Amino acid sequence: MDFLQTLKIALRALRTNKMRSFLTMLGIIIGIAAVIAMMAVGSGARHVISQQIASIGSNIILVLPGSTTSGGLRTGSGGAQTLTSDDAKAIVNECPSVETAAPTTRSTALAVYGNMNWSTVVMGTTPELLAIREWGVAAGRSIEQQDVDGAAKVCLLGQTVAENLFGSDDPVGKIIRIKKVPFTVIGILDRKGQSPQGQDQDDSIFVPLRTAQRNLVRTQRPNMVGAIMVKAKSEDLLGKAEEEIKALLDQRHRITNSKDPDYSTRNLSEILAVAEQSSKAMSLLLGAVASISLIVGGIGIMNIMLVSVTERTREIGIRMAIGARRNDILLQFRAPHHDRRHYRYNPRRGRRYSCFQSALLADAHLGRVGIDRLLLLGSHRHFFRFLSRQKSSFPQPDRCTPLRVGRPHVQR
Amino acid sequence: MNRVISLTDIRRVFSMGDQQFAALKGVSFDVAPGEFVAIMGASGSGKSTCMNVLGCLDRPTSGSYLLDGVDVGGMNANQLAEIRNRKLGFVFQGFNLLARTPAVENVELPLIYAGFQPKDRHVKALAAMEMVGLAGKENNHPSQLSGGQQQRVAIARALVNDPAVILADEPTGNLDSSTSAEIMTLFTALNRQGITIIMVTHEADVAAYAGRRITFRDGLIIGDTK
Repeated sequence: MDFLQTLKIALRALRTNKMRSFLTMLGIIIGIAAVIAMMAVGSGARHVISQQIASIGSNIILVLPGSTTSGGLRTGSGGAQTLTSDDAKAIVNECPSVETAAPTTRSTALAVYGNMNWSTVVMGTTPELLAIREWGVAAGRSIEQQDVDGAAKVCLLGQTVAENLFGSDDPVGKIIRIKKVPFTVIGILDRKGQSPQGQDQDDSIFVPLRTAQRNLVRTQRPNMVGAIMVKAKSEDLLGKAEEEIKALLDQRHRITNSKDPDYSTRNLSEILAVAEQSSKAMSLLLGAVASISLIVGGIGIMNIMLVSVTERTREIGIRMAIGARRNDILLQFRAPHHDRRHYRYNPRRGRRYSCFQSALLADAHLGRVGIDRLLLLGSHRHFFRFLSRQKSSFPQPDRCTPLRVGRPHVQR
Repeated sequence: MNRVISLTDIRRVFSMGDQQFAALKGVSFDVAPGEFVAIMGASGSGKSTCMNVLGCLDRPTSGSYLLDGVDVGGMNANQLAEIRNRKLGFVFQGFNLLARTPAVENVELPLIYAGFQPKDRHVKALAAMEMVGLAGKENNHPSQLSGGQQQRVAIARALVNDPAVILADEPTGNLDSSTSAEIMTLFTALNRQGITIIMVTHEADVAAYAGRRITFRDGLIIGDTK
């Protein structure tokens, strides 16, 4: 009896049980679709979470100037003025792991509008800083590169500053004075809330870097910046980016003793740790959910196989009584599930698979994505091994005594 | 002398846990070609066990069984399957047709396993159905046929491979008396054409159709009348 014949019998069996075949298929399809959907939703959620954590600053490195000693007093970190905006440009251009870098200056100043005044932090920066911090504008426009190049006297107000100076009025287009220098308000920033350290991040004004260098900050040299904020290309590249920055700055600043540089770098390692932990937890969750659904699906398939065999014991008996060999029967039950390649390449090998396994192979065939993911999780070997151990307990059609089929069961 | 079946001192012992039960305690008989044999006996007398041994569905614990001159005892499962396919035809009490398969395809089944081509199968199956008087019912499903007609399909299926022996296990057990008579008439007619039939029954009037009656009791033959 050839394979084609067996296939025909099997297909006919599927056709005669249309509803059951359809429901079985539906069950398997939904099961696999559920696993795939779960994986997709899971990786989406993971992406969103990692993005949100990144917006806090998990991939940000802060480069600060080193300390200086004046009159026997050491100023502490950031006291010296050693970093320039050229350093920032060099970091972007020469460190492959760095996405952008934004030089900043920081000063405290009094802002005045009409009869209102408010003392706040004035940050001089380039457009990149707001991009790094993923900070958009609520009204008006943001600082652009030409504002920086032309040292335009424009400013962006944080929400707190806008409320304190303007109340309910619209500040955009109005002129305020910062350290007695008039600035046009070009926009208002989104509300950012408090930093992890409890600082009100909305209590600040942003002006173009060069404007700040010229008008607001007193520096030894015109190009000096207070800090450089660097964004690595990804969280994983954070350490590498830091090393690259150190190497570059050592070279630029002619640091011979790398233990005593005139700058320091910091990353928000605490946030990074949180990010790593949450991504680990997400992976675990996804793995657990996927393996549970797969086990449930697998049990469903086992049940269907078992039902199909027990329900058709009678048919098996009839077929064997009229001369079917056990291989004919096994093939007939396997044929709809069987991955045909196994048969074509090695008919002997096909016989070694139990019905469970061949159903599973067919599954893997149908839902390659889901299974691929499982392979990644590394649990597949145990799963398959588990199944092959079950093989011996599977009811084997040749053990039935066909003549007794359809009659009260006689115990041997 | 020519023998289709030759049983010599067949014993069959079933073990249930530590208990042993001998269903056949040394059974010997021969069947010549063209005979119509009825095996009779009360339930538990061993007649069904004997039928299973005759049908190569069960192996005796000891004793020898020659079918058409061939010793069946040393054969493996696949060889036995082939013997069942080519030399034996089965008719059961419960008809045992595939429910959702047309009558003619039920009849074709043994030919599929014998490796016939689809066309030859169809021709042979139609011929067998005509032999049992079912011409025109080829495409009916078993559920659309009466009990007697279903049993005729089963007989056609048993005949289709030109077997040496037809084994019928209470073929009239599920039929009313008039249908039983029809089926027995059919068996008798087939027997007249030279087909060897061995039939298990416990009804004396059914057994009366057979030319020879073998009676079992407690695993032994107690009567063999021709």
